[in-house]
Amino acid sequence: MSARTRSEHRLGWLLCAPAAIAMLAVTAYPIGYALVLSVQKIDLRFPEESGFVGLQNYEAVLTSSLWWTDVFNTVFLSVISVSIELALGMAIALVMHKAIFGRGLVRTSVLIPYGIVTVVAAFSWQFAFAPDTGFVNQLPLIADDMDWFGGRFSSFAVIIMAEVWKTTPFMALLLLAGLTTIDRGLYDAAKVDGASAWQRFTKITLPLMKPAILVALLFRTLDAFRIFDTIFIMTAGAQNTESVSILGYNQLISRLNLGLGSAVSVLIFIAVLIIALIFVRGLGARQPDGGKA
Amino acid sequence: MAHSARERTLWSIGLLVVVLFALIPVVWIISLSLKTPATITDQSFIPTEFSLDNYKGLFEGGIAESPFIKPLINSLLIASITTFISIVLASFAAYAIARLDFPGRRLMLAGALAIAMFPPISTVGPLFDMWRTLGLYDTYPGLIIPYLTFSLPLAIYTLVAFFREIPWELEQAAQVDGATPFQAFRKVIVPLAAPGMFTAAILVFIFAWNDFLFAISLTSSDASRTVPAALAFFTGDSQFTQPTGNIAAAAVLVTVPIIIFVLLFQRRIVAGLTAGAVKG
Repeated sequence: MSARTRSEHRLGWLLCAPAAIAMLAVTAYPIGYALVLSVQKIDLRFPEESGFVGLQNYEAVLTSSLWWTDVFNTVFLSVISVSIELALGMAIALVMHKAIFGRGLVRTSVLIPYGIVTVVAAFSWQFAFAPDTGFVNQLPLIADDMDWFGGRFSSFAVIIMAEVWKTTPFMALLLLAGLTTIDRGLYDAAKVDGASAWQRFTKITLPLMKPAILVALLFRTLDAFRIFDTIFIMTAGAQNTESVSILGYNQLISRLNLGLGSAVSVLIFIAVLIIALIFVRGLGARQPDGGKA
Repeated sequence: MAHSARERTLWSIGLLVVVLFALIPVVWIISLSLKTPATITDQSFIPTEFSLDNYKGLFEGGIAESPFIKPLINSLLIASITTFISIVLASFAAYAIARLDFPGRRLMLAGALAIAMFPPISTVGPLFDMWRTLGLYDTYPGLIIPYLTFSLPLAIYTLVAFFREIPWELEQAAQVDGATPFQAFRKVIVPLAAPGMFTAAILVFIFAWNDFLFAISLTSSDASRTVPAALAFFTGDSQFTQPTGNIAAAAVLVTVPIIIFVLLFQRRIVAGLTAGAVKG
């Protein structure tokens, strides 16, 4: 190895080190610490009772019905909202891609939800649906006294609405970026061969966009799985609408039960890992190296 | 190609629906913030009586009493400091990844991707405990450090994508033409790299400005509480009044600047958001 390559290697590591340390300091170390906490009984309200308890915290979490309710809620909300986002996002991406006119207008309007603080969006939708302040119950076909936050699935409906509103733009932009990489000549060739618009979409667009779709789905699914802000503001978990992140927060910060809360944290981490692995499998050999394409 | 009238009509309807759906919650919260206390529950989409009382209420009592001024300052400072540090560190790493050939390049990018997928809730408990021991609980650094961690992947991916497009040969060309290395860097490379860095900075700022989970978990007072967390703790003038109007006004104040920003730089933001993803 020449001196030049060696110094290039050293410079590369040197330049990456600060960022690498900053990223690991608040992820690798804390998750290790969470593992340590999760096998102990640590309740900051009763510090004298601390001690090693093995897997008892995990057993307590995994045998509680609350954990499984929250897992169901989180998966349910993620699947429904990401599905709607994919369909809507694809529609918006196609609209922007084939724009006859108004492409700029659509782009401008979809960026507005992206720029808005999630908590603010949650408040806006909550006030819109609240029976006392909201305009939604004044709309035709909706009962004037509909109590949206009084029931589990009506609360979910509003939560999903807010999530979809906030994150569809991101989905649409990622999909649009994928669309623009498709060679237009393929469509012309297919047209000449007599393919219908639907056939062109299912036989050309979808297969060629599979990587873009999977990347968008991966990011959004993981993001949806950590849903916290919207639920915290709208219901704070009332009516059985709690997500796993809210459960973790309640155990850790509200009840100061670091042992049990850390077990929840570790289980969420494992769940996210599994979801990521499934998607990475789906992406196949594609490497996340930023590409030189 | 000419488009039929029917196509144009369908198109216009589609556009209208997208624009309305995007705008309704924004118009609604602005409308709510302008209502008087007496009409805030009138359920009308457009206020019947306009007033700025909700905004005045936010600033009453100056910095000591107001529930909004200090969190706003906190939000601005914490997001700005995070953005600055994050962009500096990410620029180093992105330059190395884009320009240098060294083992560990792929590892760095894969690692950043893994961090981007990391669930923040899994770090909240340990950080809460560590920060209390280290005296970082309820301080600016206590929030800036986790924000750095989670914004760096975004910044690195955006910058790598931009840096790969820079024609670095120009630097040598300028030196051949007689420029000193520093002049070549300042007059040639900086102007070429600036747009990418600016884009990454916008994305990081929006990320830090938006965070709620760390903000409510790692702060306990106005010493470092940011606006999203402060909004969740707003109370009415008395225990019988809902703070709806004040929340709406505060929501508008933290939203409007970001929206103006996003609209001014929309091309850059779109480029930045999709830069890493498409090619990656």
